Amino acid sequence: MSMLKLSWKYLLAKPWNTALNILLLALGLSIITVLILIQDQFENKMNKDAAGIDLVIGAKGSPLQLVLSSVYHIDFPTGNIPLDEAKAISRNRLIKNTIPLGLGDNYQGFRIVGTNHDYLDLYGVTFSDGEAWNRAFDVVLGSEVAEKSGFEVGDVFVGSHGIEAASHEHDEHPYKVVGILAPSDNIVDQLILTSIESVWYAHDEEHDHDKMEKGIAKSGFPETEAGEERELTTLLVQYRNPIAAVQLPRLVNSRSSLQAASPSFEISRLFELLGVGISLVQGLALIIVLIAGLGIFIALYNSLKERKYDLAVMRAIGASKEQLFILIILEGILLTFLGALAGLLIGHLFLYILVTMNEQGALSGLRADVFLNQEWWILAYALAVGILASLIPAWNAYRTDIANQLTK
Amino acid sequence: MIATKSIQFSYEGVPAFEIPDIEIKAGEALLVLGKSGSGKTTFLNILGGLLAPEKGEILIDGISLYSLKGQNLDKFRGKNIGIVFQKPHILGPLSVAENIALPHFFSKSSHSDNVDHYLKELGILDKKNARINTLSEGEAQRVSIARALVNEPKIILADEPTASLDDENAKIVVDLLKTQAAKLKAALVIVTHDQRIKNEINQSITLKRKDL
Ligand SMILES: Nc1ncnc2c1ncn2[C@@H]1O[C@H](COP(=O)(O)OP(=O)(O)OP(=O)(O)O)[C@@H](O)[C@H]1O
Ligand SMILES: [Mg+2]
Repeated sequence: MSMLKLSWKYLLAKPWNTALNILLLALGLSIITVLILIQDQFENKMNKDAAGIDLVIGAKGSPLQLVLSSVYHIDFPTGNIPLDEAKAISRNRLIKNTIPLGLGDNYQGFRIVGTNHDYLDLYGVTFSDGEAWNRAFDVVLGSEVAEKSGFEVGDVFVGSHGIEAASHEHDEHPYKVVGILAPSDNIVDQLILTSIESVWYAHDEEHDHDKMEKGIAKSGFPETEAGEERELTTLLVQYRNPIAAVQLPRLVNSRSSLQAASPSFEISRLFELLGVGISLVQGLALIIVLIAGLGIFIALYNSLKERKYDLAVMRAIGASKEQLFILIILEGILLTFLGALAGLLIGHLFLYILVTMNEQGALSGLRADVFLNQEWWILAYALAVGILASLIPAWNAYRTDIANQLTK
Repeated sequence: MIATKSIQFSYEGVPAFEIPDIEIKAGEALLVLGKSGSGKTTFLNILGGLLAPEKGEILIDGISLYSLKGQNLDKFRGKNIGIVFQKPHILGPLSVAENIALPHFFSKSSHSDNVDHYLKELGILDKKNARINTLSEGEAQRVSIARALVNEPKIILADEPTASLDDENAKIVVDLLKTQAAKLKAALVIVTHDQRIKNEINQSITLKRKDL
């Protein structure tokens, strides 16, 4: 026998009560766990995906939408911009480099992104098979796309127009897989990358086969013939110097038909908006935990009334006041420790379910199998609740008047 | 083994008890008689280190019981005094064996391998792993006696141990207390107004209260 075992036996003597208290606590803590896990990883992921992109230039509309669609590939694009204007702005001396993007097609919900090889360098990708595209309609698959679709190098498929699954199919121009990327834990995993030319030609009414045989632009903008009017969706911009951050957005927004949006600014605005909701849920979870603490207090307090005799008997056979105090405190600690463990487990499990149900959405790529340092704090917080809730019952046990109790 | 010297005690609003001095040698037994309310249970609590008297001294093996304080008194009680209550009061969440082993744990005593021995001596070895609420009154009382004996105490105190038992079980319990106390060479004090016990033990004292 040990104090811990003795406490545990008394908890087991009331299994339903014990289970209810553990469950209530676990519920509150699991909500907190999920929030912490999502918040931490979401911010990380958002920052990682936007690394190296100082500014996004695209069609006028909502700046947040522009950033979400062209950096994170979750919302619809705001529209297209003329290639000429894009080229003109990219010559600005405040800009170090631009990467053009042509969006608009998908394969079973995975977005087909027309761009150049700079995009591959931006995310520092490595190939698990094959190589980058060198001709129109050659594509490179992100690791998740390859895994879900089962495609290998050499396979062909037909894209659909629009950025969501099950839209109208382009039946004439199959894409050919020439490379597959190694997992990189960022947005590229879920994209199908190709040249801008591919995207253009896929939408052309007539097919000019000579043009398709010509090479594609590996860097900069694709070449066009005189009089040919082409469009892009967005430009990803890298600043030359810090002054650009001040001047360039204003310049673009005021002087042209284009719109500039800063990913870091838009994302911090988004988090601010989400933050209100998150604090609300967090507050709710804290209240649940407090109620669980109250539940534990009431359970211990009530069971103490029935156990006064047991405690007196323990004193009569040699237990000290201190041992009774510890016995009750241990019950509180055991309850909350188990509640915290269950809460953390449920939290991770819940996130896992959330992520698997949401494979192509904003939560995709989050991991449920990471353990954050903050989770130690959850454990500590739970134990503090347990000790607090058992303090008064334990004090009552400490003061048990043996002789009086035994003669009743 | 145990001796008391001019113990005085009274509850508020209750006239003082008249408690004679006693001395019991190792292996001897003493009956404590008296009317209801004469302070028998109170006296037993004082002897057991559960209730400090207002005046007087209790000597156990030469040690003045109430000179010990706090944990020291608790551990001394656990090791040297075995108490049997009128009702068995066995701890429900524990098994029979765990109940009997509990005094070892609390007083850190060294006799930790004798649980089976006492289960056998009291004829309840087959109940070793039984749940508490399946025991009969008589069996439960024997479990509580085993719990009082397991630390091999110098003093065994029993407060009306047979009050709720039938004739057969009452005889078994008194015989067990007598034989086990004799084996341990412990001093045995039994509080009772049970006629069935009075013939079994020949030394006795009678407590009085001034108004009764
Ligand atoms: N904690 C207490 N406070 C005040 N009075 C008490 C207390 N405990 C007992 N008494 C009173 O002291 C008297 C003696 O009580 P005690 O329990 O010692 O009697 P007893 O001889 O064991 O009686 P019985 O044979 O009925 O068990 C009784 O009148 C009782 O009401
Ligand atoms: Mg009594």
